[in-house]
Amino acid sequence: MLINGFLLLGAALFSLGVYGLLVRRNAVLILLSVELMVAAVNINFVALDRFLGDDLAGGQVFALFSIAVAAAEVGIGLAIILLVFRNRQSANVDELDLMRL
Amino acid sequence: MSLLAALSTEVPLLLAAATEEGGHAELGDGGGLAAAAWLIPLVPMVAAFVIALFGKHFPYRGWDIATAVMGFEAVYGTFLLIAHLARPIAYEGAIEIARIGSFPIEWGWVVDGLSIMMYFVVGVVGFFVFLYAKGYMEGDIRYTWFFASFTLFAGGMLVLVSAPNLIQLIVGWELVGVASWLLIGHYWEDHANSSAAIKAFLTNKVADVGLFIGAIILALSVGSFRFSDILHAVEEGVPALAQFAFWAGLAVFIGAMGKSGQFPLHVWLPDAMAGPTPVSALMHAATMVTAGIYLVARLFPLYLTEGFADEVRSVIIIIGALTLFLTGLIALVQDDIKRVLAYSTLSQLGYMMAALGAGAYTAALFHLFTHAFFKALLFLGAGSVIHAVHSNNMSDMGGLRKYMPWTFRTFVIGALALAGIAPLAGFFSKDEILASFRYAGSAESGFSAAQGGAGLANIVLVLGIAAAFVTAFYMARAVFLTFFGEYKGHGHPHESPAVMWIPLVGLAVGSAFAGFLNVPGVTEFFTELVGGRAVPVLDHHAESFDVVVVVLGLAAALLGIFFGYRIWYPDKATQAERDRFHVRGLYPLLENKYYIDDLYFDGIIRPIRGPVAAGVNWFNGHVIDFVVNGAGFLARGLGKLVYAFDQNAVDGAINASGAFTGGWGELLRKVQTGRVQQYATMIVAGTVLLVAGIVIAGII
Amino acid sequence: MTVGDFFTTTENWVFLLIALPMLFAGYKVVTTNNVVHAVLALVGALAGSAALFVLLGAEFVAWTVVLISIGAVIVLFLFGIMITRAPIGLEVDLSHPRSARISAAVASGGLFVLLGSAMLAEFGDEVIPEAADATRTDALGLLLFQRYVVPFEVVSVVLLAALIGGIVIARRDPSPDEPAGTRL
Repeated sequence: MLINGFLLLGAALFSLGVYGLLVRRNAVLILLSVELMVAAVNINFVALDRFLGDDLAGGQVFALFSIAVAAAEVGIGLAIILLVFRNRQSANVDELDLMRL
Repeated sequence: MSLLAALSTEVPLLLAAATEEGGHAELGDGGGLAAAAWLIPLVPMVAAFVIALFGKHFPYRGWDIATAVMGFEAVYGTFLLIAHLARPIAYEGAIEIARIGSFPIEWGWVVDGLSIMMYFVVGVVGFFVFLYAKGYMEGDIRYTWFFASFTLFAGGMLVLVSAPNLIQLIVGWELVGVASWLLIGHYWEDHANSSAAIKAFLTNKVADVGLFIGAIILALSVGSFRFSDILHAVEEGVPALAQFAFWAGLAVFIGAMGKSGQFPLHVWLPDAMAGPTPVSALMHAATMVTAGIYLVARLFPLYLTEGFADEVRSVIIIIGALTLFLTGLIALVQDDIKRVLAYSTLSQLGYMMAALGAGAYTAALFHLFTHAFFKALLFLGAGSVIHAVHSNNMSDMGGLRKYMPWTFRTFVIGALALAGIAPLAGFFSKDEILASFRYAGSAESGFSAAQGGAGLANIVLVLGIAAAFVTAFYMARAVFLTFFGEYKGHGHPHESPAVMWIPLVGLAVGSAFAGFLNVPGVTEFFTELVGGRAVPVLDHHAESFDVVVVVLGLAAALLGIFFGYRIWYPDKATQAERDRFHVRGLYPLLENKYYIDDLYFDGIIRPIRGPVAAGVNWFNGHVIDFVVNGAGFLARGLGKLVYAFDQNAVDGAINASGAFTGGWGELLRKVQTGRVQQYATMIVAGTVLLVAGIVIAGII
Repeated sequence: MTVGDFFTTTENWVFLLIALPMLFAGYKVVTTNNVVHAVLALVGALAGSAALFVLLGAEFVAWTVVLISIGAVIVLFLFGIMITRAPIGLEVDLSHPRSARISAAVASGGLFVLLGSAMLAEFGDEVIPEAADATRTDALGLLLFQRYVVPFEVVSVVLLAALIGGIVIARRDPSPDEPAGTRL
């Protein structure tokens, strides 16, 4: 198996995730894009782990940690979205333009 | 094609075998019919995804596939049932899909009396409910999606029932949970409904922890997740299992309590009425709530064998008795017709659980079987009424007898069956349960004190007869308030379309005649059915009617109907009499459902939430404020220093640059939209350009 | 190695069979105009990555993805959609207008070209060595609890912090007029 196949797939999914992060208006969908990026990175981790034949399986362990952290991130992210939704009755990020003075 | 071939060759063969050997043969492997039974769980799972993805393009937008699938299940279940009665089948197929250490993870399908009974119930009741759902859900905005998740719901139950090991059972268990969550929250635009869905999901999750722990203990002490291995270990008296069997059995039972709505984890079930009525019908009859009963029945030798989890039966019988009595009383004060039925389901589940606790395996499953028919019938009848009057409240109904003749007739059959009036189905199964309590309370049963004891069994018998009275009472109330007197609602009620009342008739036939499958001393079809398992279940089986129990049970039911008639039949009682029934001391307690929801909220959620909030507040007030104040103090000192410098030297330069900055600012202001994502786009583009520049510079 | 060589081994075919639907699913996640479809597409992409992990011989990571990402996280997302009443069904303006989409496509396309060219330059046509056997789950378990026990504990603290944080952020003071049964 070509290592580049996995890496290019990871890069493509990551870029798709970035695209989604930039164009989505709905906050839930933005989190979804972030999740896609995390999945892409995990593919790289595992593929490179097998490529390097690491006895300590560092890549796989790191992928496990990143899955756990992604789960935590989704939990907090959705909690924040919920709070925003309660206060503003909308989950659209472009209605949150308080950064403009 | 191979399946059709198998069906066409196997069934006549098995029937021929039956006539030759008189229906009493050794356990067979069921031939191709059982070997192909992996189709039972697989077909609805695949169909659920097909409906979700492509259902909209079909002529009936997904309903056609879903109903065809359930029809297939009903036919397959019936064939298996016939084949099993001809020659008992105990077949187990499995495919290893992964391996964790020494534990194989398998996907399999088990075909024996117990699972065949469940396939039949899910298939037949499910088919009628799906048929009915076409009329009920007509015009729904998420019509196709509803049938996708509904098929997933039935499919999850079939995965659970077909599981030969605990892992697959848990997969099915969770599939049912997720599908029920989707369905209860079907009208999630209304906040109460999505709350009810989440409540059902979370209450079940609490109980699921018990199931997980129980499964792990069982697997570790036996060395396998397979039911057959666990039950063989019980048969052989493996000491490693005997040592932990009590705790494993208790933990598994806690899991069963959640799904089967046993007191005090029953709180999700009445709220689950938020879903569409066909969902309630299927959930209360064939899928979901029967899962807990099925699980305990599947592992029943573990609970029956002395030295293993037999002492858990004292817990099971107490919980079951509490459930059957307390929830039945709540049903008396509900105005929402679906809630009356929901609490009645809880009460009937209590009967089944208590019967399992008393060691009456066949009686409990027989009640599950008959209850599936009449409870589905009652829910669909209630749905038909709700469809007609656009209200769930019985105070908006009344007098519907003349407008909806078919609904009325079938509903009354269901109500009488539930009340246990001979010779309808509920009479035989409830009588068998009550007889089993009486048997457990007698000396020859050997029901030891550690297992519950004869005294407890007699108390449960009294509670059971009292609950039979209550059942008849609230069903009489529901029938009289809904169908008799004057119509109190708005609009013009009318009989539902044929696609809705025909399933009612089908289920009414089942409710009327299912009881004859197991008449003590006359027919034993059902006993043979659920008894046909690889590991036999040795429960007591009555040879004839227990006359005392029959008389007491029937008398209680008739008395309940009579009281209901006196109090609730229009013009039979004055308003004052009804009010007197209201103000009795019990009423507020029942109206508030014994304050259990409040207990959960005030006793568990608030105390946990309070300290967490207080802790965070303390951290905020002390640690963070300290840091912020310290930083502020430092900054102020620095500011004073800078100010002196600023006043003298910098001012001049600033004023000169001010004009310059102002000009650029005007220009850049247009970029500062305050939209984070626009900024992020620029950051990504900038980073790419920067790195590309470095790379290109490096190459050059 | 030529393009022809790539197609001679079965493994590469399997890889393509998984990777191409994944790319399509990823594309759907960021472009579809239906919230639920986006979630389902993400399920597809994650399932594909789990399949790739099995192909690579990392079975435990594959099962973890199935259980945690597909199982738990997706349910969380559906909760989120339900609670925020995000529009289910076709919705035209889930994304920003065309001008913003074009600039974002240019930026992320540039990112892909940059990453891809760097990888092609670095790894060329090197292949993943044939492993003797898959990483055994028990070996990985031992590693996690011996070699990596400190980071493991740190991650568990992060999860706990996220749990408490989620409750604190999202909790709502109960208003007294709501009946007990409906409060959550």
